[in-house]
Amino acid sequence: MESAGIATTQISLIREHTEIIKPPRALWVSFPLGRPLGNPQDPKFQRDVIKHALSLLEYSTGPVLEDYPHDAVESKSVQVQMACPVNFAAQTGELTNQDDLFLKFRNEYSSMQTWHNLACEKRNLSILGVSSLTPDEIGDLFCNFISGNIEGTSIGGKQLSDILRMASEDLKTCYFEGLSAQPGESMDGTVFTNWFWGETHAAILINEVRKTCLQYAENDMILAGKLLLIPRSQLYRFNE
Amino acid sequence: MVRLAQYEETEREHLLKLPCPTYTSSPYVTGLKVSQARIVLISTAGLHRRSDRPFGVGETGYRLIAKDVEAQDLVMSHISTNFDRTGFHMDMNMVFPLDRLRELEEQGFIGSLSEYHYSFMGATPPDQMEQEAYQLAAILKKDHVDAVLLVPV
Repeated sequence: MESAGIATTQISLIREHTEIIKPPRALWVSFPLGRPLGNPQDPKFQRDVIKHALSLLEYSTGPVLEDYPHDAVESKSVQVQMACPVNFAAQTGELTNQDDLFLKFRNEYSSMQTWHNLACEKRNLSILGVSSLTPDEIGDLFCNFISGNIEGTSIGGKQLSDILRMASEDLKTCYFEGLSAQPGESMDGTVFTNWFWGETHAAILINEVRKTCLQYAENDMILAGKLLLIPRSQLYRFNE
Repeated sequence: MVRLAQYEETEREHLLKLPCPTYTSSPYVTGLKVSQARIVLISTAGLHRRSDRPFGVGETGYRLIAKDVEAQDLVMSHISTNFDRTGFHMDMNMVFPLDRLRELEEQGFIGSLSEYHYSFMGATPPDQMEQEAYQLAAILKKDHVDAVLLVPV
């Protein structure tokens, strides 16, 4: 870009990487991965981050690496778990039977779906996520996949590994948006992640999808099973 | 405050091992006034309109996102499951701050905002995306863009 005469400035989330790469201008922010603008629904804070990053464009020499002086607002969402009216307490050890898991997931999901529908109506969101599957279709897909009822590694011209990955993200989103619509404090990303992977049958279902992917011979399915369905930081929950 | 040292151990070790590219030359544009510059936003969050093809493993290309895109029309198909997506689900501007840039345009903080913005998918090694980056630079030049705000995820 710079060699084409276009100036660049950037937000940096990992200072240690930026120190090695030495881009022309970077503003390091102390926010977690996935949140480069810091605070959701905080236009003033977000504008300030952008103004800092853009102001680096006027520096006459580089490379420039500055630190943004403010942290994001800390989580205040511990109460959210208390406020959740759905009892998702799940023990991974107790679920060995596949049908039992599917039933428990569908019960859990039906309760969550009412909140998700409300969230979509309130915020004018689409029920469909990036997979273009409805949450019901995602549940069916996962149950059929785990049960061995899906043949081949593509559906409708799309790779099965891609569909499973996107459907998994959409299921998580459905739970997050559903929980966010419930009364109480707003939901924090870290608390949500720990709750989802630690306490829901949806997470156990995704883990079963992951294990099934690892039984395939195709590289894309193995990659999905190893890396693309469950975050590295949450895999320890499923070590067997 | 999130320094690399504060990341959970598995994640920190992974991030420390990620290869970072280095460059022999460091071109640097000078003499720019933000209040007169035409700005474009480029994200690596794997964002696109619902009608566009989702990003896949090893994807090197980009997706076009118009200045007036509606939040509900923007989806994320980044292949990594290791970063927090909840901020994006609450507020598009957490990763793609188009509303904020429009406000800064209205306030005169920036000269103007490009009609078109872009997203790559940052899980692909940067050197594999060089060709596409050069092609996009040529397009931005034709669009009279002066500066890029790059936002990671």
